[in-house]
Amino acid sequence: MRRRVCVAVALAAMLAGGSRAGAAGKLPASAQQKPAMTEVKIDNFSFGPATTTVAVGTTVTWVNRDDIPHTVVSTDGVFKSKVMDTDEKFSFTFSKAGTYTYFCSIHPKMTGTVVVQ
Amino acid sequence: MTEKKKDEILHDHNRDGIDRRGFLKCMAWAGTGALCVMQGGVLKSYSMSRLSEMTAADMAGELSFAQISDSHMGFNKAANTDVAGTLKAAIDKINALPVAPEFLLHTGDISHLSKPEEFDAVGQILKGASAKDVFYVPGEHDVLNDDGKEYLERFGKGATGAGWYSFEKKGVHFVGLVNVMNLKAGGLGSLGHEQLEWLEKDVKPLKASTPIVVFAHIPLWSVYPEWGWGTDDSAQALGYLKKFGSVTVLNGHIHQTMQKVEGNVTFHTAASTAFPQPAPGAAPSPGPMKVPAEQLRSLLGITDVKLVRGQQALAVVDSSLA
Repeated sequence: MRRRVCVAVALAAMLAGGSRAGAAGKLPASAQQKPAMTEVKIDNFSFGPATTTVAVGTTVTWVNRDDIPHTVVSTDGVFKSKVMDTDEKFSFTFSKAGTYTYFCSIHPKMTGTVVVQ
Repeated sequence: MTEKKKDEILHDHNRDGIDRRGFLKCMAWAGTGALCVMQGGVLKSYSMSRLSEMTAADMAGELSFAQISDSHMGFNKAANTDVAGTLKAAIDKINALPVAPEFLLHTGDISHLSKPEEFDAVGQILKGASAKDVFYVPGEHDVLNDDGKEYLERFGKGATGAGWYSFEKKGVHFVGLVNVMNLKAGGLGSLGHEQLEWLEKDVKPLKASTPIVVFAHIPLWSVYPEWGWGTDDSAQALGYLKKFGSVTVLNGHIHQTMQKVEGNVTFHTAASTAFPQPAPGAAPSPGPMKVPAEQLRSLLGITDVKLVRGQQALAVVDSSLA
């Protein structure tokens, strides 16, 4: 009986943990209890991580920690942020699988990718 | 840029005429206020102090203007919490020039976030300049919203497309180019087909002896592509200017002075009036460079440009705000 409870608790913890950044990619969308979120940090004229892999339905939030404004613009016109000054954010929910390349339209050498699986 | 050099060496230059080593030395001194003049292939250099000994008649050419750049009005981070104050200091410096400039060129990043109040503030401060006419080109920070609508409404009168235009002053042909629009992922600055076609037509009827001054925000030569310091299609633009005996290209964007001479073309970038940026590759990124407060003004500056009677090239002199 105790073992079963332990397993049930462990499974619940896993499912709850699955909604945090990173772990969401490992669980099927149906197992998530709330929308998955992950964060990309913008600093020193770069996106960190440069490539982010997430599950369908994940909301990616970019946070600008640089002392210069940046933008997040999809190369295929899928998403486009307003200008983000320091500490400002932009979020986009990826509802379709695919590879989404993006860049900063102010500093176009800054590029990144979101892989949605 | 902040190192001071002895004046004695400058006298040698006047006797030597052109030599590569002397030329490079001259370039290094540009930031401390040296005047490098190319006359018929012969390089002559004069220190700013000697300049004041020469009479106004000696050095007062037929045309004099000043360039400022990258005022970033609205920026308020550690690198400079008072960009309005340093812009005012730059205007004071301009007003103190021995020969008053006829007009100003602002090579972009006027504002930091394209906000109306930022553009307003710069306009207000520039009203205090001895030169009442100001010609602008936008930086990438000036066209953040609505394809640069705010910038164009204020500074785009008489301009074409994204804000390019040309004008004449005392026989010198000035061309303001816009290379900060429609930037492509992974790319550098961009002029675009429409602007290049316009440029070709604009300079075609001019005589080869017409001095040309091109001003644009991002450098029109490859300063450091890794940091986006260059323009993808500038070679085509420069191709249209090949026939001219004197071409001066004035840029901003990199927040430090740099100079390059290629045949008849002199490329020059201005310091910012707001904050310095690191030398190419000297830091992980080209962001605002924090320096001790007492050093800040020595790394900001203005550029004074003269067409000197009898000289083929324009004389370009940088002065810091220190």
